[in-house]
Amino acid sequence: MTSKLPDAEALLSKLVAQLKPQVTPATAMIGLHTGGAWLAERLHSMLRLKDPIGLMDIAFYRDDYSKQGLKHDPKRTRIPFEVEGRDLLLVDDVLYTGRTVRAAMNELFDYGRPKSIALVVLADRGGRQLPICAQHCGAEVEVPEGMRLRLKRAENGKLSLELERAA
Amino acid sequence: MPRNPQLNANGELQHLLSIEGLPREIITQILDTAEPFAGVTEREVKKVPLLRGKSVFNLFFEASTRTRTTFEIAAKRLSADVINLNVAVSSQSKGESLLDTVANLSAMQADVFVVRHGSSGAPYLIARHVKAHEHVINAGDGRHAHPTQGLLDLYTIRHYKKDFTRLTVAIVGDVLHSRVARSLIHGLTTLGAPEVRVIGPQTLLPAGVEALGVRVFHDMRAGLKDCDVVVMLRLQNERMNGPLLPSAQEFFKHYGLTADKLALARPDAIVMHPGPMNRGVEIDSPVADGPHSVILPQVTFGIAVRMAVMSIVAGN
Amino acid sequence: MRLLIQGGRVVDPASGRDAVGDVFVADGKISADNGKADQVIDAKGLVVAPGLIDLSARLREPGYEYKATLESEMDAAVAGGVTSLACPPDTDPPLDEPGLVDMLRRRAKALTRARVYPVGALTVKLAGERLTEMAELAEAGCVAFSQANVPITDTQVLWRAMQYAATFGYPLWLRAEDRWLAGDGVAHDGEIATRLGLPGIPPFAETIALGSALQLVRATGTRVHFCRLSTAVAVEMIRAAKKEGLPVSCDVGIHHVHLSELDLGYYDAHCRFEPPLRSQRDSEALAAGLADGTIDCAVSDHTPVDEDQKQLPFAEAEPGATGLELLLPLALKWGALRKLPLATTLARVTSDAARILGVTSGRIAPGAPADLVLFDPEQHWRVVPGALKSQGKNTPFLGYELAGRVHTTIVAGSVVFQSPRGQR
Repeated sequence: MTSKLPDAEALLSKLVAQLKPQVTPATAMIGLHTGGAWLAERLHSMLRLKDPIGLMDIAFYRDDYSKQGLKHDPKRTRIPFEVEGRDLLLVDDVLYTGRTVRAAMNELFDYGRPKSIALVVLADRGGRQLPICAQHCGAEVEVPEGMRLRLKRAENGKLSLELERAA
Repeated sequence: MPRNPQLNANGELQHLLSIEGLPREIITQILDTAEPFAGVTEREVKKVPLLRGKSVFNLFFEASTRTRTTFEIAAKRLSADVINLNVAVSSQSKGESLLDTVANLSAMQADVFVVRHGSSGAPYLIARHVKAHEHVINAGDGRHAHPTQGLLDLYTIRHYKKDFTRLTVAIVGDVLHSRVARSLIHGLTTLGAPEVRVIGPQTLLPAGVEALGVRVFHDMRAGLKDCDVVVMLRLQNERMNGPLLPSAQEFFKHYGLTADKLALARPDAIVMHPGPMNRGVEIDSPVADGPHSVILPQVTFGIAVRMAVMSIVAGN
Repeated sequence: MRLLIQGGRVVDPASGRDAVGDVFVADGKISADNGKADQVIDAKGLVVAPGLIDLSARLREPGYEYKATLESEMDAAVAGGVTSLACPPDTDPPLDEPGLVDMLRRRAKALTRARVYPVGALTVKLAGERLTEMAELAEAGCVAFSQANVPITDTQVLWRAMQYAATFGYPLWLRAEDRWLAGDGVAHDGEIATRLGLPGIPPFAETIALGSALQLVRATGTRVHFCRLSTAVAVEMIRAAKKEGLPVSCDVGIHHVHLSELDLGYYDAHCRFEPPLRSQRDSEALAAGLADGTIDCAVSDHTPVDEDQKQLPFAEAEPGATGLELLLPLALKWGALRKLPLATTLARVTSDAARILGVTSGRIAPGAPADLVLFDPEQHWRVVPGALKSQGKNTPFLGYELAGRVHTTIVAGSVVFQSPRGQR
């Protein structure tokens, strides 16, 4: 199974190459916990962005609260820069239904009105339920029924993509 | 003994009635969840849409502006609709019964009842009778419990001191009548605080209080020695001149927190008070406004903690 | 009407008799004659015992008819095998006037169920200030005088009331409680009350009042029956007083030998009692005291309370539990736990109670009134509202299965209750 999955580090380098020409001093980056945050930390340092990185947890903006209740152990969203009027790069590890990105955008707009938001993902597994797309995508990955695509980070910081059984 | 009425069949928090009986994991979950909510209250748009479309009914049988206001703010920050009901109850009144009041509100699509009542156990009675999707949060019942206050006290202590397992905490004053004290004691013992002390005259300490896991001190100076946290309880006016205490002055002399008494605690000790303070009775102004005091942060944390409690129960 | 009760296990606590045999009834009395009977009752497999004598059962009339009526509670009494009961004076108005007492007795008599012995109020309106006309009340049928759950606070009044009663030889039935020490307490002052945040009644609220009362007994020679003991120390004090030869006796509510403060759980208002359920140590001492006879008898303290008054926060709920139909099974349960012979168990709810009441029933002997109960000690039944005839369904034992079911109850030689299964 894992042999079919692309190498996360390679995709990371590909994204950096894609993004480098687009980045300006005004560009700011926000990563979504947990996988998106790891990815964003790497991108942020490799792209040498001026503003510190923003990290977001969408726990309070999810659309499945009524059914699932509050997600366990939500992390604190920290956006250490002004959102108003900025060109933002929103970073997540896997793009699937699009609901996470919808929640993230809702949360982002509670901080201010950005000039633009571009979505950066490592992998797009299709299966969209909302009209959302990524401006920058590492690779399209097919995920078998009943499985979930996850980004993992080793102790030495190395990123890898893995499949696991969906809960 | 019947099943813990606070937890549903999956062991999740259905109602918050008391800190006693809450598993350690759930207390920790609430404190951990309050953290990001504290972040929400710091930004410009202080709302999240979590409880949008849900109704929170503040059912206050005992008047209280402070607590009711913080619950209202917390609920509104979760985008819930808030309805306030101040039900004045006199012991003689033959008006609508407690359960009839709740049943009527149920019929109006309530999701969360925040209840404050003068009789210990009232929220348990209500919780036994609400529908499956309705949740009860105890905002204070008689002298039994004030769990959200206990939780915000725990959150405050954790914020400044990090590790409960190394702490000596002193709770000073009218423990006999204090639901705040009882809730905090249960929280501290559950989270592993090795030494919890209660300090007060014999008239203000309840029977068998040691069984709650505390050490009793009648001498405040001895009790404050090497404390990391000092919690001062409010002394209500009606206690001050009667069979329990002769005067506020004598109480202040022996049990009021002043700088020289505080000096016996650890140099980095924090001073807490659930409010409202009686300056010059439990605590003097230099201490209340001084560097050890975290009384104002307690209030801010209180909103985040209540947001956490509401979002956890309303989602279960 | 001549009755033959055939083949039952006849238990007569007063004589110690416990053997299979027959009991003959003629003209409303137990008879030695074993001649031809008009009616034969097959008592095979059942215990035949004197009808239960309950020294405290509230019938809620006059005044509290919305809680229960004389009819329903008298039905409950005989369904529970209770053939004589004493009712406390805390009706509305209290039983402080001969007219009220007379009316109650007439009403009860007309129903031809159990025998009712009213206990008169010791002070007017139970207010603890003025003495009632005890002689008039006694003439109207009061067997003793009491303050129910409203203890006299003015000790001068208590002293004089005792002297007055002693003048005529009337017994006083008093619950020992110091009103000031009890304060606004609703539970035993201890760890449980502290955890639950309930105001507590310290044990010395009972024992200090008991100590004072015993001193007054010594001084006046009044016969006093202390009602509803709740503390281990009180049991000790009564033991010593009896040893000294004071004219005292006492009872315990049958719930208090089974339950303690631990049973309050999450504020179960069915466990709200006056006096409160106390510690396990106290409960154990009460159970032991009842066994060794220091406590003379057990009572139901039957108090029907409508459900509305129980569905309230603990401190606001009305105290008391329904008990007439539970006295027998709960007494049997107590006796079984203490491994007592059946005759001893039953004595505490028959012959010993009869002695306190001063009546000749409560025994199976020729010439004694034919008040009998036939019951199956092994038959289990579930305590559910439908199984109770009393309008009071309020009991901590709701949902429990108890052993001991009454089949037939006989008062003055007439069958006044027959369970559907009892028809053989």
